[in-house]
Amino acid sequence: MTTATALGGVLSKLEPRRGDRPNHDPAWLVEARLAALRWVGEHGFPTRKDEDWKYTGLDPILAVPFEAAAAGTARRVSVDMIGAATVDLGGPRLVFVNGHFAAELSRLTGLPAGAEVTNLASVLAAGPERLEPFFSQAPGEHHAFAAFNNVLTEDGAFIHLTRGTSVDEPIQLVFFSDTGGVPLMSSPRSVILAEPGSRARIVETYAGIDGDVYCTNAVTEAVLADGAQIEHYKVQDEPLTAFHLALLDVRQGRNSRFTSRSVMLGSSIARHEVRVLLEDVGAEVSLDGVYLPQGDQLHDNTIFVDHAATNCTSHQLYKGVLDGRGHGVFNGHIMVRPGADGTDANQKNKNLILSDHAEVDTRPRLEIYTDDVKCTHGAAVGQLDEDALLYLRARGIPLEAARGLLIYAFVQEMVNRIELEPLRAQLEALVAGRFGKGDRPPVEP
Amino acid sequence: MMLKIENLHASIENKKILQGVNLEVNAGEVHAIMGPNGSGKSTLASVLIGREGYDVSGSVRYQGEDLLTLSPEDRAAAGVFLAFQHPVEIPGVGNLYFMRTALNSLRRQRGQEELDAVDFLALAQERMKLVEMDQTFMSRSVNEGFSGGEKKRNEILQMAILEPKFAILDETDSGLDIDALRVVANGVNALRSEGRAMLVITHHQRLLDYIVPDRVHVMVAGRIVRSGGKDLAVELEENGYTGLGQQDTADRTPVGATR
Repeated sequence: MTTATALGGVLSKLEPRRGDRPNHDPAWLVEARLAALRWVGEHGFPTRKDEDWKYTGLDPILAVPFEAAAAGTARRVSVDMIGAATVDLGGPRLVFVNGHFAAELSRLTGLPAGAEVTNLASVLAAGPERLEPFFSQAPGEHHAFAAFNNVLTEDGAFIHLTRGTSVDEPIQLVFFSDTGGVPLMSSPRSVILAEPGSRARIVETYAGIDGDVYCTNAVTEAVLADGAQIEHYKVQDEPLTAFHLALLDVRQGRNSRFTSRSVMLGSSIARHEVRVLLEDVGAEVSLDGVYLPQGDQLHDNTIFVDHAATNCTSHQLYKGVLDGRGHGVFNGHIMVRPGADGTDANQKNKNLILSDHAEVDTRPRLEIYTDDVKCTHGAAVGQLDEDALLYLRARGIPLEAARGLLIYAFVQEMVNRIELEPLRAQLEALVAGRFGKGDRPPVEP
Repeated sequence: MMLKIENLHASIENKKILQGVNLEVNAGEVHAIMGPNGSGKSTLASVLIGREGYDVSGSVRYQGEDLLTLSPEDRAAAGVFLAFQHPVEIPGVGNLYFMRTALNSLRRQRGQEELDAVDFLALAQERMKLVEMDQTFMSRSVNEGFSGGEKKRNEILQMAILEPKFAILDETDSGLDIDALRVVANGVNALRSEGRAMLVITHHQRLLDYIVPDRVHVMVAGRIVRSGGKDLAVELEENGYTGLGQQDTADRTPVGATR
């Protein structure tokens, strides 16, 4: 339980800074921020007594006297640093440093008419009323960190696709941190608005500098209108000294399709939470994730899929490889509301445990309030297949390389689902490097 | 002498399986081991390649060296190979990639230069002809979704690519129809050579019509109870294994005795 003192300390440190931006927030935003702050004051931070935080303690994060990240720190970051942390997909690329847009590191070319890709701060400056619906309702009241994002956020990506717009090049969002020695809380807020029939692929990458202590507290909201299709990728490769808390909040209209693939590599404590509301007929969502905690890392995947309309489909496949004292959490909840007939939902979680000290907590949950549904779920936890290991060794492949090959193969199923070739190659190299796989040559960036 | 097994015992979870195996195999020879189910044939293969979990005593000298102290990968590097009775499916690992990794691991351990992807592909394509496999097998995951016959051909292909000195074929004929058996046997026969020895484990004489052995041994209850030329296989086919286990019970440890 967080003590009132600790909470007070965090709050005072993280008061939203006012007056140091050229444009003041509109009144509704000031009110929304204060409301979120009040909400945190009343509800406190989640503790392990909360169902959704049972396995993920926040004390190590709350113990750090974070300061809200200010704009204007991007000058220390070079294009080369961004290039080293991510793979350049060649299309439009928005770079954020400590949660603030860095125009000089970004590239906004290659976009068709009908695709508005910009940063949230400029929308706040030019036409803030478009953002009001996002700040005046959930996810701000979902939990304290989402609320804190409401309180503190000043910038993030803003992507608006008008009816029928199709963006061929992947839109890359790079969230890079460079603290300059001050423990920073960065709070990027991204908004994806996909009008009927529009399509895009969006790649979020989170990275930083080894040794920097910071906390990324990111919220991404996606609203898909009828028939919109969004493919979303997320690579979390923050340094081991960082914390990462993220919420991906999705609302889907009729026959829309949302795909999310997440790769968790870094951070000391990382939580990737996805909430999907299937609110109209025939919406389809596919969520995949791979998490690879080792050392003392904690990787938490919390998923809530809400089937609120008929004939919607949801798929989840999450795979974890746990080594060292690594701790993995899969907390997946599917809700099928009354009347959501024709629901097709499945959920799978598979884990490979490599060490006696590693731990995984897997909790697939189905909550069904209607009869006409097809729902399956399952979880598996296992070790490397001894027969397969012997088979490889009997062919001359040394033990360590054989282990690496089998671990790689376990993860490969997920990596293969990534359809963006340069991103897949980068992740193959990252995963291979992680498990010391034998003779796969490093992939050129 | 390539392989010399002396008084080899193996037990698993206190169950005695091998109970004093003696066997000598010279380079260039093909030996067959026949015997009923449960006689210890596959355990002998497992012990020879270093599967863990057995309590092993006795001696196995391979090219003059103590084989039993080596890891499975070191045995492979020394030229020992097993065509598995039940080849393992490994989803996510491409067959071609697996074989190249294996060959290059062996070459590295032997201080030889590794083959790049292009050279390896050329080698693999040539050896695939031996077992009449086409390239589609190479892009699939190792053994995944292969039929029984395809798995066995894939084992022989690995043997053809890795070129072991001492190859054990464990029930390579099981589950094969006559056409597949002929393909597999042709592949094996093509790999017979002066410098290579083979140990063919089977409980059907049928395989030995195709892979004609120099010596035939009969294993019953964890020991080799009879050895002879290729005609022994025919005799066994006619008379079965009945009675063979009893012929030299005199020197066996009585049940309940301590060793």
